[in-house]
Amino acid sequence: MAQRVGLECSLAVSEAVKLANADVIAAYPITPQTHIVEHLSELVASGELDAEFVPVESEHSAMSACVGSSAAGARTFTSSSSQGLALMHEILYIASALRLPIVMVVANRALSGPISIWNDHGDIMSERDINWVQFFAENGQEVLDLTITAFKIAEDHRVTLPVIVNMDGFILTHVIEPIEMPEQNEVDAYLPPFVPAQKLDPAKPISMGMVGVPEVYTEARKACVDALEKSYPFIVEHWNDFAAQFGRHYKPIECYKTDDAEALFVTMGSLSETAMTTVDELRAAGQKVGLVHIRLWRPFPTDDFLAAIGESKPLMVLDRALSPGCNAGPVATELRALLYAKGKTHYVANFVAGLGGRDVTRADFKSMMAKTLSAAKSGAPMPYEMVGVKE
Amino acid sequence: MSKAAEAIKNVEKISPKNMPLVEPLSRGHRACQGCGEVLALRQVLKAVGKQVIACSATGCMEIISSPYPQTAWEVPWIHVAFENVAAVASGVEAGRKALIRKGRIQDDNTKVMAFAGDGATADIGLQALSGAMERGHDFVYVCLDNEAYMNTGIQRSSSTPYGAMTTTSPPGAKSKGQSTWKKNMPLIAAAHGIPYVATASPAFHLDLMNKARKAAAVPGPAYLHIYSPCPTGWRCGPDTAIEASRLVVQTRVFPLFEVIDGRYVLTRDITKPKPVADYLKSQRRFAHLKDEDIEFIQKRVDEEWERLLNLVKATNPEAK
Repeated sequence: MAQRVGLECSLAVSEAVKLANADVIAAYPITPQTHIVEHLSELVASGELDAEFVPVESEHSAMSACVGSSAAGARTFTSSSSQGLALMHEILYIASALRLPIVMVVANRALSGPISIWNDHGDIMSERDINWVQFFAENGQEVLDLTITAFKIAEDHRVTLPVIVNMDGFILTHVIEPIEMPEQNEVDAYLPPFVPAQKLDPAKPISMGMVGVPEVYTEARKACVDALEKSYPFIVEHWNDFAAQFGRHYKPIECYKTDDAEALFVTMGSLSETAMTTVDELRAAGQKVGLVHIRLWRPFPTDDFLAAIGESKPLMVLDRALSPGCNAGPVATELRALLYAKGKTHYVANFVAGLGGRDVTRADFKSMMAKTLSAAKSGAPMPYEMVGVKE
Repeated sequence: MSKAAEAIKNVEKISPKNMPLVEPLSRGHRACQGCGEVLALRQVLKAVGKQVIACSATGCMEIISSPYPQTAWEVPWIHVAFENVAAVASGVEAGRKALIRKGRIQDDNTKVMAFAGDGATADIGLQALSGAMERGHDFVYVCLDNEAYMNTGIQRSSSTPYGAMTTTSPPGAKSKGQSTWKKNMPLIAAAHGIPYVATASPAFHLDLMNKARKAAAVPGPAYLHIYSPCPTGWRCGPDTAIEASRLVVQTRVFPLFEVIDGRYVLTRDITKPKPVADYLKSQRRFAHLKDEDIEFIQKRVDEEWERLLNLVKATNPEAK
């Protein structure tokens, strides 16, 4: 019987990795990811998790060691954040190109400079195009559950791609929440041991990571892109299976009071909970608004998103990262491109908020929605605003 | 007897009579004519055999051996990037260790090996290598040292010898070519206190192959530094690789030695060294050097030889 325990969300990640019975963890410390690897090293030290903990000398080597261990056929986990994730950047592309089912939890944090240890999505938005499956978790329970499903999805031979589970730094990593811990036998039933599609084995030699001459490079990249796009139904399938077994259902796009809504918030990560409360408050005041929460970021669930936003409702898209030199944040830029390509005419207002750990309150959400509605009504050019800049 | 010495004692020695027939690196690769590096690589793999997982850094040997859809590797092989081969090998070793412990794969005495050029070892990959040696992974790291970034077109590395001409250390009115002394990678590796470090040259192929076998036999990290002539980059004839590999040892420019659990052993004493000038004059990369430059290099080579003898005396008193 699953038990509900008070647990820091970082520790929930480590417990998920233990429940997944990972074989290798290679990691380097970086705030706010540290509690994850600290607890994992404790679990390995105490014998509760039978795994190799490789305390590498940098994140670049962490991802490199993960590539090696996954290629050798071992279930492999790491976690990182911010500058560390940026240091891994080069190897992230190679991990997905080699089709290695590594699972990584990213404790989202702002990038330098100035140096900031606090939360935003600048780190992961710099890694949009690495060809990994990417989720955004909203709370501790979701982080634990999604980490377990991440192994299942990554290792499915119809997918064989690495997976990132994003969790907001500090806002989630350092917060204690009531979390329902699945039983080991339940997880074992859901997640059998890793059977690699191919591995480094002297009995059956293969060459991995060969030179891609111009005649093959395009095709190799296309194979990678196709694998990511084709992973969508299997992600949904595994989330459905998880729901059937554990009773918690995760969807690529989550809707909250959208059916009769006249305008929608669009968010990712933990701020979705603030947005949800704001929706309740605005509805109590007679304003029909709703929330569309993006959980699956890569591959982007286009059809689910279009179904969620309905016809011609103004959208208030919240970005927690900048795309300097562009006229919107990264999420809004993508959504506008998507809508345009699909012949949609939704009014998209874009606000960049919560950079470097700045609080985003319900009052901020209300103000952003008010601006969105008034701009949409007037038909003025679509706003793009960095919220709360002190002049 | 130290653990490394104990492991080495049981290694079957290769002689001309029992030369292995196995060729884990097949013919038909795309190395330049006269490449000493691919010869050294072949010798290492012949000695260690096919119970190997090979990890390659980006570099000449990776490029010439793996243009998709062809491969020259008859053992499992992985290339990830330039600077991280030691970290990749760490992961392969750790992964197999966990799987063997959990009974998911058999312990078939597979050796994890890492291959890299001098740039990938002494420069950009030094951090990953140092980390892997410090953590004590059971793997063999082989540096195939052709003394510059040959794969990108002969740029200087920290392993380029003093005075050598490369495309980024050109001689000129204000330059003698490479302005710094060659970084001493074998001693840097030895400073990590790993069980086995050795230098080798493909002109002394039995010595090289036996060192490769010893490196594979010791538990924990082993480091092999192999002199690997590059006729293309050194501006010498394609038939000179072995000649250079012999001269470099006979002139004491590249001494052959081992460090077994911290004890230095000279594996080829050069009692009557040839003048360094003989070596320098055999390659056009040194053609611009003047007599006083050669004198300077000779003096430094003599000093380094003395230093090595002192290390042997200090760590290995029984050695003669």
